Amino acid sequence: MRGVWRLLSFLAIMLFLAGCGQENLSALDPQGPVADMQFDLLMLSLLVMVFVVLVVVVIFIYVLIKYRERQGDTHIPKQVEGNHRLEIIWTTIPILLLLIIAVPNVVLTFDLADTEPEEDQDVLEVTVTGHQFWWEFEYPEYDIEAGQDLYIPTDTRVVFQLEASDVIHSFWVPALAGKQDTVPGITNEMWLEAEDEGIYQGRCTEFCGESHWLMDFNVIAVDPDTFEAWADSMANPPQELTEPQSEVAAEGRAIYEESCLSCHATAGEGGNPQGGPDLTNFGERSNIAGFLEFNEDNLEEWIRDPQKLKPGNSMPGFDHFDDDEMEALVEYMMGLKVQD
Amino acid sequence: MSNQKSQSKSTLWDWLTTVDHKKVGILYLLGGAFFFVIAGIQAMLMRIQLMFPEASFLPYQSFNEMFTMHGTNMIFLAAMPLLFGFMNYIIPLQIGARDVAFPFLNALGFWFFLLGGIFVNLSFFLGDGPPDAGWTSYVPLASDQYAGSGLDFFVLGLQISGLGTLIGGINFLVTVINMRAPGMSMMRMPLFTWTSFVASMLILFAFPALTVGYLLLMLERLFGANFFIPDMGGNVVIWQHLFWIFGHPEVYILILPSFGIFSEVIATFAKKRLFGYTAMVFATLVIGFLGFMVWAHHMFTVGMGPIANAVFAVATMAIAVPTGIKIFNWLFTLWGGRIKINTANLFALAFIPSFVMGGVTGVMLAVSAANYQMHDTYFVVAHFHYVIVGGVVLALFSAAFYWWPRMFGYKLNEPLGKWFFWLFLIGFHLTFFFQHFLGLMGMPRRVASYLEGQGFSDMNFISSIGAFMMAIGFIFFLVNVFVSIRSGNPGADPWDGRTLEWTIPSPTPEYNFAQTPLTRDLDPLWYEKMHGDGRMKASEPLGDIHMPNATILPFLMAVGLFVSAFGFVYHNHWVAAGGIAFTFACMFVRSIKEDHGYHIHKEEILSDKEVE
Repeated sequence: MRGVWRLLSFLAIMLFLAGCGQENLSALDPQGPVADMQFDLLMLSLLVMVFVVLVVVVIFIYVLIKYRERQGDTHIPKQVEGNHRLEIIWTTIPILLLLIIAVPNVVLTFDLADTEPEEDQDVLEVTVTGHQFWWEFEYPEYDIEAGQDLYIPTDTRVVFQLEASDVIHSFWVPALAGKQDTVPGITNEMWLEAEDEGIYQGRCTEFCGESHWLMDFNVIAVDPDTFEAWADSMANPPQELTEPQSEVAAEGRAIYEESCLSCHATAGEGGNPQGGPDLTNFGERSNIAGFLEFNEDNLEEWIRDPQKLKPGNSMPGFDHFDDDEMEALVEYMMGLKVQD
Repeated sequence: MSNQKSQSKSTLWDWLTTVDHKKVGILYLLGGAFFFVIAGIQAMLMRIQLMFPEASFLPYQSFNEMFTMHGTNMIFLAAMPLLFGFMNYIIPLQIGARDVAFPFLNALGFWFFLLGGIFVNLSFFLGDGPPDAGWTSYVPLASDQYAGSGLDFFVLGLQISGLGTLIGGINFLVTVINMRAPGMSMMRMPLFTWTSFVASMLILFAFPALTVGYLLLMLERLFGANFFIPDMGGNVVIWQHLFWIFGHPEVYILILPSFGIFSEVIATFAKKRLFGYTAMVFATLVIGFLGFMVWAHHMFTVGMGPIANAVFAVATMAIAVPTGIKIFNWLFTLWGGRIKINTANLFALAFIPSFVMGGVTGVMLAVSAANYQMHDTYFVVAHFHYVIVGGVVLALFSAAFYWWPRMFGYKLNEPLGKWFFWLFLIGFHLTFFFQHFLGLMGMPRRVASYLEGQGFSDMNFISSIGAFMMAIGFIFFLVNVFVSIRSGNPGADPWDGRTLEWTIPSPTPEYNFAQTPLTRDLDPLWYEKMHGDGRMKASEPLGDIHMPNATILPFLMAVGLFVSAFGFVYHNHWVAAGGIAFTFACMFVRSIKEDHGYHIHKEEILSDKEVE
């Protein structure tokens, strides 16, 4: 009976979960063609495998009920050596079942590895670099760089060149596509497409150190025109970013130049290869540090003690700012926006 | 040397110097159980941390150390030694031998394992803390740039214990090939001996790859070599290949002897000959062979390209075929039998559906294109726990209940055993079943926590409840071990057994068989019960029995390497060299000192027989 209940619960949960999980995060709720194909293959293999489990469990339960030792039964069962016909049957049928999965899998494995776009399809190239514990996105065609939030146009084949600066990470956006590792010394390729506008959650899935679990990012899919406009203003950021209008923000800019710019490139200034993410469009981020709610308090907490929130990252704490300095700095950073 | 029977100076000295395969087997069980409990506590700490989102029960660093050491302890220092314990005790008995081929090496292998394992775990108290790069210890995360001295403890300790495993594997191979009693042809060997034999072959070929990997990592960490540093022309993916060329066969090193255990238990309690014995043996060999052809399925996302991915995907799926053959042969062994339901058999029966569930998710993971969604998520965590707990751990518990009267002279209590079984089984499914879905819903593995509001909270809570049930179940087992001592000796053959280990008196005499038995068929004892008088025919007249002397040298050799490892970690080359020199000195003594063993006289054996 145990087996039946297990199976029933399995099926019930499967039905319940098809299309479940958080919409912009779950691989069970695919939002683009790559994730779609992978989901279909997953379901095909799941179906075949549920059939296998069913067959085994049915025989298992039958045997247990029928041949269980009864009280007072002392007969000696017939000692059977085996049966060649049965052996052939349970060798052949599994091979056929496996072929049902193996053939489409080989086809799809090659399809997914082929980053060449179909005819007339728009293409965007992005170089992704994994760092402990944040993501860097470079758009070589536009000569721009962004951290943590990956903007992509919808209905466009986005081809990624995946790299890593320190240890191995893995780039995964479950709702859009399966993962590919970023490996130091090697450049990997993958592609994906988003059908609808939206914010999709990304994860690092290769264990990469102390704060591995916080190495989240967001994929922001916007329509191609919006994307062009965004890329254009990232390349030519508004003057306000470097010369803020308000007095408080100007004070913040001064602190920023002194304390932040050497590591964080902003609007084409500053930064260094060992530094942190580009902050040009920081004011439009979906999260602080990739996982905290985007608000002023969290930004301040982060600046004061980043090691507490995301231990092991390379940013030092700036707890020596007094409240006024911090307020100015936060005000300035919140204004780092390239869109209206 | 003389004929003196080694007068045990004290119990402790007796166990430190023993070369008796039965005592070494029990030592392996004790050592394995010790690390099993440690790794289990580590698992519980992790499940407490993951019970609620964004919990702060463990700092992230501690969590990372916990899962690293949980995996390391469970795989290298618990599952394998526990299986080695049963293999040590049972294989010689099943083939009608008086000991393994190399009793001295047997003891040596055990002490290497134990001291190597203790060395790895000492990192909790020494240096920069325990290793924190996962049991896979992928570089560069495990290189000296990113990881502290814990990884030094890890590579050194596991090299020592790996040496012990390799020695043990070779010993079993030679034992099975050379020490079989008259009539015990290869195709009459019990399945447990067969699967252990194939697992030993896998050890022989797989462990050198691991040793090479650890050696390179050690040279890099301690002596500044550059095998894995891309900037210096190294390659980080080489590590993964070396690790998994070992790591995948390792899974079969664990699961094949487990298959053997189930074959024994199921046949015994169904009162039937194992269905399709020949097919079972060949399926074992095929699994062992294919086990070496599939390692790269752990690396589908590393960027090997579609050709390698497709080839390894298909090869991996192929393993399902011989495994399926085994499952159906077990089912048809039960078919038409008279199935006795007791704790040993419950564990074996529960294995069938549990392991099939782990097996089918294995095939799903082998689907390379879909693997990109499942790899390194909780789906994988669920899969390999279904295989290792649903396969190996259930086998270990089944074996414990089955062979306990043979090894310790008393049966474990049945009601307590059933409590243990149900708590553990239900807890196991609660813990791991839902993790499949967590993975597909976007939860990566090896995460120290998860954010609230992502749909992960409920299933993680259930999972932790399941883990508590497993832990409580295991406490029932520990209690059982002590409570049952007073239950008395159930005699030589408590289960109406089929194989040679049930033909000798209980407790097992030091020399095992007073006269080497004559095997006339598969399941020799059953054959004699059906066709003879129920007693084994002897293949030799009663005579003096030659026994090896006890010796402290294996222990000392292991101590030498243990001390040397400290020298390496703390960069004290005198200690490092001194420890190794000490081990070599012990080897030298072993080589030049004549040691002919001693004899147990015929009269003594006869008086034993009368007592019986």
